[in-house]
Amino acid sequence: MKPVPFAYHRPASLDEALALMERYGADGRVLAGGQSLVPALNMRLAAPAALIDINRLPGLDGISLEPEGLVIGALARHEAVEASPLVARHAPLIAQAMPHVGHRAIRTRGTVGGTVALADPAAELPACLVALDAIVRVTGRGSRRDIPVQRFFRGIYTTDLAPGEIVTAVVALPIGPGWRSRFTELARRHGDYALVGLAAHCRVEGGVIREARLAFCGVGATPVRASRAEATLSGRRPDADVVAEAGRALDADLDPPGDVHASPALRRHLARVLLARAVAQIVT
Amino acid sequence: MDLAIQISLTVNGVAVSRRVEPRQSLVDFLRYGLELTGSHVGCEHGVCGACTVRVDGAIARGCLMLAVQCDGCRVETIEGVAGTGEVFDLQQAFAQENALQCGFCTPGMLLTAQDLLARKPAASAQEIREALSGNYCRCTGYHAIVEAVRKTAEARGRA
Repeated sequence: MKPVPFAYHRPASLDEALALMERYGADGRVLAGGQSLVPALNMRLAAPAALIDINRLPGLDGISLEPEGLVIGALARHEAVEASPLVARHAPLIAQAMPHVGHRAIRTRGTVGGTVALADPAAELPACLVALDAIVRVTGRGSRRDIPVQRFFRGIYTTDLAPGEIVTAVVALPIGPGWRSRFTELARRHGDYALVGLAAHCRVEGGVIREARLAFCGVGATPVRASRAEATLSGRRPDADVVAEAGRALDADLDPPGDVHASPALRRHLARVLLARAVAQIVT
Repeated sequence: MDLAIQISLTVNGVAVSRRVEPRQSLVDFLRYGLELTGSHVGCEHGVCGACTVRVDGAIARGCLMLAVQCDGCRVETIEGVAGTGEVFDLQQAFAQENALQCGFCTPGMLLTAQDLLARKPAASAQEIREALSGNYCRCTGYHAIVEAVRKTAEARGRA
């Protein structure tokens, strides 16, 4: 199908973009990478009166190490994040997740800000940000907020963004000494939406997991922290019994949906498989 | 209400200026506006890869970009990439391996494969499969397509 007609604006500054968002209100949509919005337009699931194309706003695509952490600009494309030595060094979890995001022709366009603002529960990056306890930086007219990511993702395609606000960056603390990361997911075919994905971030000391942060995607309305499995692993050497115990703890952590792709029981099983794989890779 | 916007870009090295409706996708602009019909329209939601083109050197879905977004950009289609001879050996390999049946997916396959081989000249069969996983062949001739790309990689490695 083809989209319904809409007006197109390409603001040259963030102020201009925010003014356009205010002018159109709910009838305007921000166009970033467009890899989810344009399909929605083509299928007429979305029919905005205007698109506000932020792709050429200056200064929003940077990736830099700042005093507050690793700052990834909203217009950084998945491909750039995947290739960034800074991300590989300071947020390896995010670097590991990037190759799983769609296909390359999608990653050359899709943006960090777009993924975060869309809040697709199957998306990889939001789970990574939850595991890393990152911050989502948003700007409105005359306001700027740093939102802890756990508060940012509120439901399926639902975030803490207020009308008129736009995501400008995500900020993650650089990985600390002893911390190790593993992103892993299972999809029926490379590049498809994950049936289940796991962003695992652990502090390991002499083969013992001191702290574990596990965030799953594809199993709920938002990225889901597996707090019982985390507690099961913490302070222990993850031998086969401990990993099996953590896997059983996942049953209480996760309440995955069933759909045409996988039943809840299959998703629970796959979550345990991913947990075992991630822990094995983290401690070896 | 006239929403059309003037854009200027280069397509296959040729400067082009046109007025386009904002809702027109890049691939529809190429096909209807410029009569470059090598880029195909399949699913129109970014899944099938038949519309793959290059925008400023990077492969992109022609159905997931609007023509207005390409103002000032450098767009390359299969006509341009085949015309310069850049993918001549890939095309030959596709023919030799019977890697195209109806041919609908072939332009997108060629551009995606060329992108992979430019980044990973020694790509393995597994890497080729992963790179092509976003391009559908509804004749299901995947094995031959992967073979054609693999043999091209080998031949380029020897050259």
